[in-house]
Amino acid sequence: METLAALQHGLAVAAQPVNLLFALIGVLLGTAVGVLPGIGPALTVALLLPITFKLDPAGSLIMFAGIYYGGMYGGSTTAILINTPGESASMATAIEGNKMAKAGRGGPALATSAIGSFVAGTIATIGIAFFAPWLVRIALEFGPVDYFALMCLAFVTVSATFGDSPIRGLTSLFIGLLIGLVGLDQLSAHARLTFGVPELYDGVEVTTLAVGLFAVGETLYVAARHRFAEEKIEAIRGSLWMSKSDWARSWKPWLRGTLLGFPIGALPAGGAEIPTFLSYATEKRLTAHPDEFGHGAIEGVAGPEAANNASAAGTLVPLLTLGLPTSATAAMMLAGFQQYNLNPGPLLFAEKPELVWGLIASLFIANTMLVVLNLPLVGIWVRLLAIPQPWLYAGILMFATMGTIAANPSVVELMMLTGFGLLGFGMRLLGFPIAPVIVGMILGPMAETHLRRALTISLGNPYTIFSSWISIGLLSLALIALLAPFVLHGLGRFQADED
Amino acid sequence: MASLGSNVQQKEKAATVTERQRSRFDLAGLVVAVALIVLAIIVWWDASSLNLTWGYDPGPRAAPVAVAIGLAILGVANGFLAFREGPLERESVDARAILLILAGLGGMIALISVNGGFVPAMALLFATTAAAFGRKAFFIDLAIGACLALLAYLLFAKLLTLNLPVGPFERLLNRLF
Repeated sequence: METLAALQHGLAVAAQPVNLLFALIGVLLGTAVGVLPGIGPALTVALLLPITFKLDPAGSLIMFAGIYYGGMYGGSTTAILINTPGESASMATAIEGNKMAKAGRGGPALATSAIGSFVAGTIATIGIAFFAPWLVRIALEFGPVDYFALMCLAFVTVSATFGDSPIRGLTSLFIGLLIGLVGLDQLSAHARLTFGVPELYDGVEVTTLAVGLFAVGETLYVAARHRFAEEKIEAIRGSLWMSKSDWARSWKPWLRGTLLGFPIGALPAGGAEIPTFLSYATEKRLTAHPDEFGHGAIEGVAGPEAANNASAAGTLVPLLTLGLPTSATAAMMLAGFQQYNLNPGPLLFAEKPELVWGLIASLFIANTMLVVLNLPLVGIWVRLLAIPQPWLYAGILMFATMGTIAANPSVVELMMLTGFGLLGFGMRLLGFPIAPVIVGMILGPMAETHLRRALTISLGNPYTIFSSWISIGLLSLALIALLAPFVLHGLGRFQADED
Repeated sequence: MASLGSNVQQKEKAATVTERQRSRFDLAGLVVAVALIVLAIIVWWDASSLNLTWGYDPGPRAAPVAVAIGLAILGVANGFLAFREGPLERESVDARAILLILAGLGGMIALISVNGGFVPAMALLFATTAAAFGRKAFFIDLAIGACLALLAYLLFAKLLTLNLPVGPFERLLNRLF
């Protein structure tokens, strides 16, 4: 019951006219940027982060919630209409969604993905509201050792277990850990890997890293490939509305997708790819129209889209309660908190309940705004897709540069942006995943601090990491997750079969 | 079985591509392996300058050492992969486009570092990027970029009071608005 009271309080915060306006701006900006090809929700949040610098924390976090969900809506629109998913989580949507658009059923495909996202987002947000306080109580029991163990688990699951090559995933993770080392050591203030450059003493900004890897890297990648690839926007023909049979075929996949997405997103299991592909596979197995799969089956859009949204909401659970980002987008949300010196975790629930619950409540509001606004506005979003590629990417680079220099007015920052862009380009070209870099860069220093704090408390006894059952359990899980892909070679082969 | 078949096919395709080179390994993978080991050495070297004891805390040195060891192991693993997977078929790359964008970024950074200002720097970046994507109208794009940058400057520096780099042109704008 206290959850309901807190949620009601949060709704009162979120429903203030100013905050409603912020949510609306967030939703519109998020969709507009997210709909651009190649831009996923993580990059959307990273690009729009500087705009919120000067706002007050509550308003800006509420705007974020809008940007976050708006970016996802935009991403699925792109996936359906031009088959360039901005991120791997919309890949499953693109499979059937683009086929539907080609067959002249783009309208129902967009509708089922929008309504499915709404259903999933709403259920998952209720999940957050009821699950988070419970997890906060558990998190209060966590000591430094347990946090360290939890981060080890997140490292492994984000990079090794679910990628197609554990070695490449771990390589990405360690590049992130390396970048996280740069700067003054948090406990002793010794400079590490700064090579005498004063701008590096504060460490690398996560937004510079994310914008460099995603925006500049993606621009370089597309530029390098554009002569060899061709994009085609499918016009939306026919009705936008779903027929009776579309509804009948959609509602179960929505619910199943939500059930798959939310728990997997809430576990530190990294990203929405797994639940979306699981949902796709489930719908393919359960469908009454197996012949349509591969040619535009509406179940194949409804399920994965719901799973995608539910898991995105799910990742907010470890983020808000433990301060643990388990996806690139969650890492950007964390950066959003940190720019106001707010650290998500059990303490934030106790100290700033109005902020946390206002954010949770505004997720409901953003979701509702999106479903009301986006279907009628889809024509405008589609027009954004028609921006000629040269101008589009030139604009993206300009915006990326502006955000970086506004956050940190220094030439060194721009050089780092370029360097990270080249890194991201190389990684994309050679098939290394990007998200583990960002998660490693954020979690690395946190894990180090927790471990060193634990060792100081235990007077240097290294066995302290096995001193609590929570940490033993988490570390064993991490070990299993690390070894599983090597032992069961089948996991890698399973993924090879998928494509 | 299906994956086995496609694997063999892939290898055959890759073999024809690199037959001239007669190499048995993936060059890019090997470069990554070497780069990781070089990084490991740099991190190790940097950490060794932090030679100090720190009470019960393992000190600022422990984490870089752990990362260096991890990078070295992954370097070896990547090298192993490069030989085991053999030459992979890599996507071809339009080097001219990459160089153009890098030139644009470099020019933009240079302009900002000599206090050339936000609008000219962004216009240059915009035009070179558009050229990298095959546009042939550099000066028109320069003008479009300048207009967009001007809009962005007015919106973000004036309305949202963000700090953007200032040059002669922006000083004039600041006096006007």
